[in-house]
Order: sequence, then C-alpha cells, then structure tokens
Amino acid sequence: MTQQDALFEYLLRLGDTSLALGHRLSEWCGHAPELEEDVALTNLALDLVGHARMLLTYAGEVEGKGRDEDRLAYHRDVFDYRNHLMVEQPNRDFGHTIARQFLHDAWALELYERLTSSTDANLAGIAAKAVKEKRYHLRHSAEWVVRLGDGTDVSHAKMADAFDRLWRFTPEMFEADEVERTLAAAGIAPDPDSLRPAWEARVDGVLAEATLPARPAVVGQTGGRSGRHGEHLGYLLAEMQYLQRAYPGATW
Amino acid sequence: MTDHPAVWGPEPGAGPAVRAAWDALRTVMDPEIPVLSVVDLGMIRAVEMGDGGRLRVAVSPTYSGCPATGIITLEVARALDAAGFRDAEVTTAVFPPWTTDWISEEGRARLAESGIAPPPRGAGKRALVAPDETVACPHCGSTETELVSAFGSTACKALHRCRSCLEPFDSFKCI
Repeated sequence: MTQQDALFEYLLRLGDTSLALGHRLSEWCGHAPELEEDVALTNLALDLVGHARMLLTYAGEVEGKGRDEDRLAYHRDVFDYRNHLMVEQPNRDFGHTIARQFLHDAWALELYERLTSSTDANLAGIAAKAVKEKRYHLRHSAEWVVRLGDGTDVSHAKMADAFDRLWRFTPEMFEADEVERTLAAAGIAPDPDSLRPAWEARVDGVLAEATLPARPAVVGQTGGRSGRHGEHLGYLLAEMQYLQRAYPGATW
Repeated sequence: MTDHPAVWGPEPGAGPAVRAAWDALRTVMDPEIPVLSVVDLGMIRAVEMGDGGRLRVAVSPTYSGCPATGIITLEVARALDAAGFRDAEVTTAVFPPWTTDWISEEGRARLAESGIAPPPRGAGKRALVAPDETVACPHCGSTETELVSAFGSTACKALHRCRSCLEPFDSFKCI
C-alpha cells in the first residue's frame, strides 16, 4: 500500500466518522429535551460536519481523481463508508446520545491533539483547527455524563444502560491495520493504540465522578473502518443522500 | 502550538493595488454579525498580486461549522470584482487556525456596542479548559454574570445572563 493510498483511506475514516456523527446529532434538531441543548447539539453537529468537509475535501485531493467533498459524501454507498460503528448507532434517548458523544469526544480530542504534529502539513492544519472545537465538545459531553450519572435514579440507570450498549464499539477506535501502520511509520498519524491510555484515563475519571459503573474489559465489534457496517448506516445515508441521489448534481 | 500574529492590513511596502484591495475587503461584513468586517475579524490572511496581475486573497475560516463561511468567500470575491479586481483568486487558508485573538480592537468595540461581549484577549487557550471566569455584561458592564450555555445562536457565540441587570446576552466564544 502506497503512502498516498493509506492517507486517502485514513482521511475517509476520520471524515466519515465526523460526518455520520454530525448527521446523527442533527437528528436532534427540534427534539432535544430543552432549548439550550437543542442549540448545543446542533452546534456540535455543525462543527462535526465542518471537520468532515475539511477531511473529505483533502481526501479528494489526495486521491486525485477529481472527487470533491460532496461527491464523497453523497455518492458513496454503505460499503464505501469508513466510519466507526459507534457513531452510526441510532440516537435512542438523550443519555445514549451523550454517552456516545463523550466516548467519541474523549478519543477525538486526544487524536487531534496528536495530529497537530503530523508530518503532513495539511492534516496538521485541519487538526489544529478541529482541536479547539473538540475541547468544547468534550467539556460539554463530560459535564452531561456527570450531571445525568450522578442525577436521579432514572437518569443514572439510563446512563449505565447507554454505556453498557456502547462499550463493545469502543475498541474499534484503537485498531490499526496497514493504513494506520503505514502512516504511523511516516509520522503522519499516531499509532491508534497509543491513544488508549489517555482515553481510558479521561473516561475513567468522568465515570467515577458520575458515580457510574467502571469501564469493563470488552471484546469489540469492529468492521466499520473497512466498510462492514450494521443496518443503521444504510438508513442514515438514505436520508442524508436522498437529494443528490434523486437529483444528481443538483445545486442551489 | 506557536502563536501566529493577526493581519489587519497591507504591509508597509505594499503597492496601491493591494491597498485598494484591502479597502474593498473592509466593506465585506460578516452576514451573521453585520457590525464586523472580514478584516476586523482577522479572516484575511494575505493579499498579494500574483504573476499576470491576478490578485490572490487568502481567507482563514473562523469556526469549522460556520455556515457563513461559504457566503463570506463569495462576498469577498464580489467586493474585489466590484473594486476592479476581475477574476481574483480567493483561497481558504486553514493553517494557521483562526483565533478570536485576531479580532481587531475596533471590532471588539463594535461587538460590545451591539450587545455582544467581545472575547477576552489571549484567552483562546485558557477559556477552553475552564469556563470563562469573567465575561462583562455588554449592557450594564457588571461582571456578575453566568454562563447559560456554551452554545449560542451561531457557532461563534455562547449564551450568558447578567445577574445585575438580569438581561441575557451573547458573548463571542474564544477559540
């Protein structure tokens, strides 16, 4: 695998993960439990879609076949999407959305911090921009984990249930194949497993403060990074891509 | 990360064309905060005359998710065109990342006048790890204020409430 191929694939993995999660959060628009949270979740969605735009635009440039961000976002099907399985999971309730966001944010913040020193100047530039916003995201999701975990009996039980459902998707964030190994050797991206200690420390600290059960050792369910998805992503894409599928190339 | 200085105008030795371009750019306002020009915001990173007399302008996007970025780039191109710079090349410069520290003094004053608390200087890093300590109320000047939500009506704003005059207000969020 050439370095160029690896970089293209890696950018899809990051970009698709941001895009799928951004789309999930946008589903809360008009439905959040309170007005401030409706605004907050959609702000997070905007940031994530913004990160996806930068990453997919760059992916298209690296690929060099003339595909731009829209082409990549709207004209690839499920098997060509490379996002983590965790972010395509349905929102379920607000606590589940927050737990998923927190587990992702704690990973993404650590990753972007490391990517700011990437030997690839474009990727380092994107990371330097994204890292500022991820700090806000993590602060927000972590505060909610504590508020709900250490809240009422009902909110505590819902958060514990949400984390129970999500743990199995977390090992995928730290997996490496030839793509990550090629880039790690070139100093372009960190070895995913090296992000784990900081992620675990952050997650464990917040869970303890939230009086939630400790993080269990899990065997992960993976595959998203190589295009093996659950059924949920198809529905997500069907909605997100509808307009460009029905009217290819439409602009306004 | 090293700090990158703000750019608010032409370099001392710049030619008349580049100066004229900067003047044209000062008329391009942020569509979501119309009291601020793209120059006040520190979004214009470079204006230079390329080979063949084609003007090149580098625009630094503010918040990654800001939906106004596309409009702003379009408005920049239109203002340059109206000022006689046909076919100017407007590029996006993601690095160095835009920071609220690049908002000019005039811009800060205009934000406060329009009821939006300007971001504290040099706070880009501090404000991210801890809630902003003191945001003065743009209505009455009191520092007895509280953060209602870190996410406001646009990507760049947070929502606060003044405990002295009881008015809600927006602040420009530090990044």
